Amino acid sequence: MQENKKDKKAVQMILIAISVLFITFMLVIPLISVIINSLSEGFVYYLKSLQSEYTLSALKVTLFATVIAVIVNSFFGIMAAWLITKFSFKGKHILSTLIDIPFSISPVIAGLAFIMTFGRLGWAGSYITKINDLLGTNIQIVFAIPGVVLATIFVTFPFISREIIPVLNAQGKDEEEAAALMGASGFTIFRKITLPHIKWALLYGIILCTARALGEFGAVNALSKTRGETFTLPLEIDALYLAGSSDSITAAFAVSSILVIIAIVVIVARNIVEYKAKRKMEDR
Amino acid sequence: MIKQIVKKYIRKDKVIPGFGLTMGISLLMLSLIILLPLLSVLVFSFQLSPAEFLDLITKDNVVNAFQTSIISSFLAAIINCLFGTILAWVLIKYEFPGKRVLDGLIELPFALPTAVAGITLSKLYSDTGLIGKPLAQLGLKVSYTKIGLTIALIFVGIPFVVRAIQPVLEKLDSQYEEAAYILGASKTRTFFKVILPELRPALLTGFGLAFARGIGEYGSVIYIAGNSAKEKTQVISYVIMQKLNYVDYASATAIALVMLILSFLILLFINMVQIHQSRRTNHI
Repeated sequence: MQENKKDKKAVQMILIAISVLFITFMLVIPLISVIINSLSEGFVYYLKSLQSEYTLSALKVTLFATVIAVIVNSFFGIMAAWLITKFSFKGKHILSTLIDIPFSISPVIAGLAFIMTFGRLGWAGSYITKINDLLGTNIQIVFAIPGVVLATIFVTFPFISREIIPVLNAQGKDEEEAAALMGASGFTIFRKITLPHIKWALLYGIILCTARALGEFGAVNALSKTRGETFTLPLEIDALYLAGSSDSITAAFAVSSILVIIAIVVIVARNIVEYKAKRKMEDR
Repeated sequence: MIKQIVKKYIRKDKVIPGFGLTMGISLLMLSLIILLPLLSVLVFSFQLSPAEFLDLITKDNVVNAFQTSIISSFLAAIINCLFGTILAWVLIKYEFPGKRVLDGLIELPFALPTAVAGITLSKLYSDTGLIGKPLAQLGLKVSYTKIGLTIALIFVGIPFVVRAIQPVLEKLDSQYEEAAYILGASKTRTFFKVILPELRPALLTGFGLAFARGIGEYGSVIYIAGNSAKEKTQVISYVIMQKLNYVDYASATAIALVMLILSFLILLFINMVQIHQSRRTNHI
C-alpha cells in the first residue's frame, strides 16, 4: 500500500511536469518572446513604431470593424438563442449547424466568398455598379472598409449565440412561459427574465467576439489591399514583418504587443466571468 | 377541461411570443452573411466543367498543398490528443500551485491573433531564435520546414482538445476507477480499460475540431511554413490566397469547394460522434 501511494505521487509529479513543460514551451515562451522582440531596439523605438501613421490608421479600422461585428453578432446571437431554446420546430438541428459554419471553414474561404459575391465577377457586384451609376455614388465593398467589416462579422458570427444557447437550455423555458401566460409582452419577458440569466454568458460572448475580431487575419487579408487605408492591425503586422529589415520586424512585434496585452486581458476577463457565473449558480 | 387547455398549449408549444420575429431575423441574417456568400462560391465553381475542375485541383502544387495540410494537421491533432489528455487530467485531478494560471493559459491560442502567433513562432524557431538556435546546432531545422508547420498547428489546436475533455473528466464518476482498482486492475489497465473508453467521444470531438481548424489554418502557419512549392511546405489556404492574388478565381473557387466538402465531412463526423454519445447516455 505504501509502495502504491509513492507510485501514485510519482505519476502525479511526472504528469504535472509534462504539462508545465508543454505549456511553457508552447505558450509561455512565445508570449514572452513577443515582448522581448518588441523592445529589442529600445523603448523609444517601441513607442515610435506604435505611433506611425500606418499603425494608427490600422488601429482605427480594426476598432471600427470590431465594434460593428460585436453589435451585429450580439443582436443575432440573442435572436438566434431565443429562437433555438424557446421554441421547437423542424430543422432546428440544421439551423444550429448552419450557424456554426464559420467555426469550421478556413477564414481565407470567407474572404473568397465575399470576393465572389461582391467582386468584379460576383453576382451582387454588377448590382452595386448599377446603383453607383444611378446615384452617382462610389460604393465599394471588396477591397474597401465594408468588405473588411463583412469579413469580420462572418468569422465571429457564431461566437455570441454559442455562449448564450447552453445557458438558456439549462434554464429551461418555464419562467418565460409563466410570464407569457400572465400576459407579459415579449420584450418585457426578455428584459425581466431572460436577460438576467444570460448576462454573464452574453458578456463572455462579447469578450470572445472582440478578441477574435481584433485578430482576424485570413479573411481580411483576402479583402483588404491598401496599406494605411483598409489595413487592420494584423495586416499591418504582416506588412511590417514581411518588409524584412530588423527595424520593421521589431516594429511588427511592437504592434503585436498591443494585441498580446489584449489577449491577456481577455483571458483574465474570461476567468472572472466564469467565476462570477459559477458563484451565481451556487447561490441559486 | 384543464387537460385540454394544457394539451392545446403543449401541442402549439408557442406560448412564448417572438417565434416569427426571431425566426425571420435569424434566417435573414444567416442567409445574408453566411449562406449567400458561400453559395456564390458554389455557383461559380459549378460553372466549371468537370474536366476543368479536375484539372485545376489535380495540379501538382495543389495536390501537394492538400497533402501537406492534411498530414500536418492530422499529426498535430494526434499530438494534441496525447498532451491534451494529460493536461486535462492534471487540471481536473490534481491540486498544485499555479493551476489556475495554467488553466487560463490553455485559452491563449484562442485569444491571440493568428498573425501574432505566426510571426512569434517563426522567429522563435528560426536559426537565430531562442529555441531554434540550440535545435539548429543539433542539426534540426524547424522554421520553414514541415516540423515548424506542425508546431504552429499544435499551438492553435491544443485548446480544442483540452476543452473537449475537461468537462467529461470532471463528471466522470470515480466509483468505476475505485471498482476497477478493488477488483485488482493496475493503474494503467484502469486507465485504458475504464477511463479512456469514457473519454473517447470527447477525444474524437476534440480531434475533429483541431483537425478541421488545422486544415483551414492560415495566419499562424504561413510565416513558419516557408511556403516553398519545391519543398512542399505550402499549405492549402496559402495556395488559395496565392490564386486570389493572381486573380485566378477559377482555381481559388475549385480548391475552396474541395476544402468546403472536407470540412463538411469533419463536421458531420463530429455531429455523429455527439449524437451517438447522447443516445448512449440516454439509454443508461
